[in-house]
Amino acid sequence: MARDMFAPGIAAGRLEPEAYREGFSDLHPPLDDHEALVQADRCYFCHDAPCMTACPTDIDIPLFIRQIATGTPDAAAKTILSQNILGGMCARVCPTETLCEEVCVREVAEGKPVLIGQLQRYATDHLQAQGKHPFTRAAATGKTIAVVGAGPAGLSCAHRLAMLGHDVTIYDARPKPGGLNEYGIAAYKTPEGFAQAEVDWLMQIGGITFRHDAALGRDITLAALKKDHDAVFLGLGLAGVNALGAEGEDKDNVTNAVDFIAGLRQSDDLSGLPIGRDVVVIGGGMTAVDAAVQAKLLGALNVTLVYRRGRDRMNASRFEQDLAASKGVRIITHAVPLAIHGNGSVREIEFEYVDADMRGSGETFRIPADQVFKAIGQTLHGDDLPDLDGRKIRTDAAGRTSVEGVWAGGDCTPAGDDLTVTAVAQGRDAAMDIHRQLTGG
Amino acid sequence: MANLQSDFIGIKSPNPFWLASAPPTDKEYNVRRAYEAGWGGVVWKTLGLDPHVVNVNGPRYGAIHGADRRLLGLNNIELITDRPLEVNLREIKAVKRDYPDRAMVVSLMVPCEEEPWKFILPLVEETGADGVELNFGCPHGMSERGMGSAVGQVPEYIEMVTRWVKANTRMPVIVKLTPNITDVRKPAEAAMRGGADAVSLINTINSITSVDLDLFAPEPTIDGKGAHGGYCGPAVKPIALNMVAEIARTPDMADLPISGIGGITTWRDAAEFLALGAGNVQVCTAAMTYGFKVVQEMISGLSDYMDEKGMTSVDELVGRAVPNVTDWNQLNLNYVAKAAINQDLCISCGRCFAACEDTSHQAIAMSDDRKFTVIDEECVACNLCVNVCPVEDCITMEPMAAGQTDPRTGDVVQPEYANWTTHPNNPAAKAAE
Repeated sequence: MARDMFAPGIAAGRLEPEAYREGFSDLHPPLDDHEALVQADRCYFCHDAPCMTACPTDIDIPLFIRQIATGTPDAAAKTILSQNILGGMCARVCPTETLCEEVCVREVAEGKPVLIGQLQRYATDHLQAQGKHPFTRAAATGKTIAVVGAGPAGLSCAHRLAMLGHDVTIYDARPKPGGLNEYGIAAYKTPEGFAQAEVDWLMQIGGITFRHDAALGRDITLAALKKDHDAVFLGLGLAGVNALGAEGEDKDNVTNAVDFIAGLRQSDDLSGLPIGRDVVVIGGGMTAVDAAVQAKLLGALNVTLVYRRGRDRMNASRFEQDLAASKGVRIITHAVPLAIHGNGSVREIEFEYVDADMRGSGETFRIPADQVFKAIGQTLHGDDLPDLDGRKIRTDAAGRTSVEGVWAGGDCTPAGDDLTVTAVAQGRDAAMDIHRQLTGG
Repeated sequence: MANLQSDFIGIKSPNPFWLASAPPTDKEYNVRRAYEAGWGGVVWKTLGLDPHVVNVNGPRYGAIHGADRRLLGLNNIELITDRPLEVNLREIKAVKRDYPDRAMVVSLMVPCEEEPWKFILPLVEETGADGVELNFGCPHGMSERGMGSAVGQVPEYIEMVTRWVKANTRMPVIVKLTPNITDVRKPAEAAMRGGADAVSLINTINSITSVDLDLFAPEPTIDGKGAHGGYCGPAVKPIALNMVAEIARTPDMADLPISGIGGITTWRDAAEFLALGAGNVQVCTAAMTYGFKVVQEMISGLSDYMDEKGMTSVDELVGRAVPNVTDWNQLNLNYVAKAAINQDLCISCGRCFAACEDTSHQAIAMSDDRKFTVIDEECVACNLCVNVCPVEDCITMEPMAAGQTDPRTGDVVQPEYANWTTHPNNPAAKAAE
């Protein structure tokens, strides 16, 4: 029996030590060689394959799977990485069930897609385990580019620019590069320091300098970056968090899910992380699920995820929802928070059921809560940015902003859809456009 | 359950499934297990003269694999039995005594002289074996010594040796043929002239299964070198079926019994050999891959099939397809078909499109929403789309009725049969009379 599972309030060490290891181990253990061959053999090598079309980075999936099937996983990795330099992370975190695997003809035919994500991981792991970097830099162009944000968009942009012969400086507000890969994704999706290992591997291309603790608007300005560099790419992500707008939101232990996850990801002793006995997560996206599941894995007795609409409207995929349910997370839909009750710290949270048009039903209920994590979306943070489109930086199809010489991509732009893989594609494509503009190519 | 009782050239067995002369039939222990598992008969692994041969002490087999390491083709460089003659004879006698209802045929290979045959045949007779099979097929090792396929590739030798054997034994004689020749009818005819009671085919095919790209040596590799082996298993079945059919449809050999061998893995494979004229079948690779129990599926499968077809004996199946094996110039050129794609079954993989567009007749259209349809104006009914489609029965070849106009040629489909021999494009065509 767990040691302090029923301890009220917020406490650390609720579980036996091995429970943390088990819970936070690899969500999908890697395929071994034989499993990879069996999976690869299931691919039909479709013409103009639907999986390729569904991939935001347009990876030639049938080709890389055939390369695995023929015993050349490093060639497969190069096929992947030439389109998506963060193919290793995407293999782990992509919601493949709503991208490539959803349209796999074997999913359509049998309900059992080729395990594209796991095959991609097999190939990229095979290459990266050898410390090999398959790309080399073109001759130096003498151009320098500032990349703001060391998340997927910024890293992808920086790598492509470096490969094309430019010198790149990446500025990031955090101490470590990686962005959400390092700070924002559930630990069990990228265990054993993979995010940093991947960045280190990516940096082997050369020509990329990382400047940490350099936040735009605090430590650096867009005007200065423009002056010192030939081009600027903004891959800021969304640093702000939306407020609930519920009464009592300022009570203690009502925090942002992203901060909870970031703290967890940077912890080297999960048993030392305090977690509430009763935890409530508000939101319906990947961050909400990641927070809820990890709260459960840390030993929370009751974890409830509350979303204002139906399950079909949740941004978290059905697979993620089922994962949460399988870990013991209770999902409540069609409810919005009205008030947070408690004397100093949260004790209870009160919700009202709403209909599909968000009209209140008048029916309310309360859930005990030692801890509330808010995960109802993030916002762009910062002044002195190029023109916005709504609440994000407006860009054209090539990633150009309203400011000459400044490009943007990833979650800070409207086209970003909170997916690592989309950010990678935008960063890469902006890099190609920057390159064309700087070299007249 | 259908009666599978088999009588092949007077040799009776409870079913037509024999194990071929090969490692599975090398000794008493294996053969007893085979009979217990249900095999109707065995052809004991080839006996030779003492001193017995030796085998390599490294790998004897190489393989070709399909998905999930399914074994599709096997090659071997094993020789005939590497045990003393006396030991084999003693074991054959013991097994035959205990399993009198099962067929026991003994494979033989001795030098191409009459004396060794005169020596060995009485010893085999003494075991109570039901017959002998002359190994004129083994393509490796023994052929270097003037035996095996070295005999099987020279019809005159086949005839000569067969005659010697018939003159020196009362046992039925099966001559096992090598496929490593250009026209299998020649060695078969030679065996018949020599008095053979039956032929069995095919033996293994000269082969190198793969090359070790680090050692630059063929597989299986013995200390850095490799020699060609004999290829068998599911991959060789089409070659074997054709050779069986070639003999079966030759009028002069219509009454020559055939024991069909070559990649038989399931009851269906066996039934196909029977339909093409084999009186029984011999199996090796399937047993070596899955063990002796596979015969139980073969028995139940063939029995169910025969029940379904209302056949009460195996003989009713034997040769049923032979009249339909013909020459190309006899095929009906007025038969016109078109591919048809069943949209309910189609999973939109597009393989038919890629195959047709890149390598055939551009007769499949692909829409923006990945719907694949046949363009009848272009379709020549080649069947490639059917063959590459991963979904069974999704694409079919639909014959056009007489009187319809083929949109590809603009010609009306004629009801009459007409082949190349009368076609106007054939310079040697004879006017229809």
